[in-house]
Amino acid sequence: MAQVLVFIDNPGASLKKSSLELLTLARSLGESTVALNGELADGVAATFAEYGVAGILRPSVQDLDDFLVAPKAAYVAAAAETAGAAIVLLDNSPEGKEIAARVGIRLNAGVITDVVAVDPDGTAHKSVLAGSYNTACKASTAVSVLTLKANNVTPEPAAAPTTPGTATVEVPAVAAAARITERQQKVASGRPDLTDARIVVAGGRGMDGDFGPVEELADALGAAVGASRAATDAGWISHDAQVGQTGKTVSPQLYISAGISGAIQQKAGMQTSKVIVAVNKDAESPVFEIADFGIIGDVFDVLPQAAAEIKKRKG
Amino acid sequence: MKIVVLVKHVPDAQFDRHLNGDGNTVDRDESILSELDEYALEAALQLAEARGGSKAGNQVIALSMGPAGAVNAVKKSLQMGATEGVHLTDDALAGSDAAATSLALAAAVRHLGDVDLVITGMASTDGETSLVPAQLAERLGLPQVTFASTLQVDGGRLTARRDADTSSETVEAPLPAVVSVTDQINEPRYPNFKGIIAAKRKSITTLSLADIGVEPAQVGFAGSWTSVTNAEQRPPRTAGTIITDEGDAGIKLVDFLAAQKLL
Repeated sequence: MAQVLVFIDNPGASLKKSSLELLTLARSLGESTVALNGELADGVAATFAEYGVAGILRPSVQDLDDFLVAPKAAYVAAAAETAGAAIVLLDNSPEGKEIAARVGIRLNAGVITDVVAVDPDGTAHKSVLAGSYNTACKASTAVSVLTLKANNVTPEPAAAPTTPGTATVEVPAVAAAARITERQQKVASGRPDLTDARIVVAGGRGMDGDFGPVEELADALGAAVGASRAATDAGWISHDAQVGQTGKTVSPQLYISAGISGAIQQKAGMQTSKVIVAVNKDAESPVFEIADFGIIGDVFDVLPQAAAEIKKRKG
Repeated sequence: MKIVVLVKHVPDAQFDRHLNGDGNTVDRDESILSELDEYALEAALQLAEARGGSKAGNQVIALSMGPAGAVNAVKKSLQMGATEGVHLTDDALAGSDAAATSLALAAAVRHLGDVDLVITGMASTDGETSLVPAQLAERLGLPQVTFASTLQVDGGRLTARRDADTSSETVEAPLPAVVSVTDQINEPRYPNFKGIIAAKRKSITTLSLADIGVEPAQVGFAGSWTSVTNAEQRPPRTAGTIITDEGDAGIKLVDFLAAQKLL
């Protein structure tokens, strides 16, 4: 059976849904080992068992978080060798992709990012050129390194739980790495992360400086808040919220676009969403060409009405 | 300071973009300098200018790997103010994945001698994998500072700020280093008339694989570690139901979400 290594970085008290997706996919490909960085909380250990993890590896050093990716990559590569892994799975965050990039060089392994599905033979599926093509890709190397986009696998515990043992992996020294000298936590919004949210409500130029209605609808739906570049450049909302060619690419179950015209760069960031809803005053907006449900109307009327209706129905 | 900026000639994202019949390469008609690379070039120019510019011996070398047309990305970089251009081109490079690309670029950077900084954009706007800066750093054994939204160099050290979803970080690294910058770092300049005229007098060095000591089998389709086995154009999304608000569109929206089981 193929050995699959899953890298999980600082899970804290419980595993994120995207981590559960990685563990579920890993089990479909072979026997899974987790390379963990950070503390192993009891709840997390229990979840690993529930998801059929065969073993848990931990790094020999505690300071991986003090540097930018190079030492983490050295650890993951060493863990892959320890586990005899043919497939290494990571999340598709910017950091996950960079660790994957360096692990690929260290292991002479092909790296495929933005993966949405993997066949039993290791063929990975992804979309390219802003969602205009679906491709199947395969690494020709002995080991493949894949980063999985969130929301593409349904988390499922194993049929029978395991009792994974733990072992320590010696982290090789890295020649040079950037050191993180200061870290400021941002105030938690309580909303889901944009990149792995199931629902995204995004606002654009049409919000005219007021993101209140977008946030209200997002909170009624338990959604993340996104924005077009015009809105982030205008300073109406943090740059982290930007969706599109130069921002984040999202592929949620539902994407609600409010006051965004849908120029091609904006479409690029949301094209792979399962359902797209658009609200815009301008009937000529290109976003209506790709919306499953479009409303020609004022965002300041439609959004608050929808938010109130959702609250009413949810009781 | 000697700064190398990686610039890529990519299909203009304003238009529909296509894969070639092989599924492994992008149709490069209608290509331009990748928008995200302009921020990298601007960052390099500002660092050089703050140190007295080219008169004080600061070099900003625009390096592009790609077919004949890729020289246009180098030319645009020279117009913006890069001091030199390098075009790495060889038929054997066609079809290179990130691993093969980073191998060739690492060899080209080594060929350029003692480089203080390699600056790149946060991603190319065609492949969008963001793999190359990290792979280049790994191959060159250099620290990487990715997604920098500010960048300062003082003596032999650089300081940068990175903004992630849940935290902001300040990072420090010794030079030489590989840095990728976001579109928040600066406002790239437009080439002016003077710059366009000056660019005509600047030299562009063309390098082949033999010049940088790379074997054809290490790059291109032969040297890539991944390949596309199938590519299908996604059917274009079609418009669904479009309604005009008559005072109850918010409720109709919720009806739609309920019907789609999205509530």
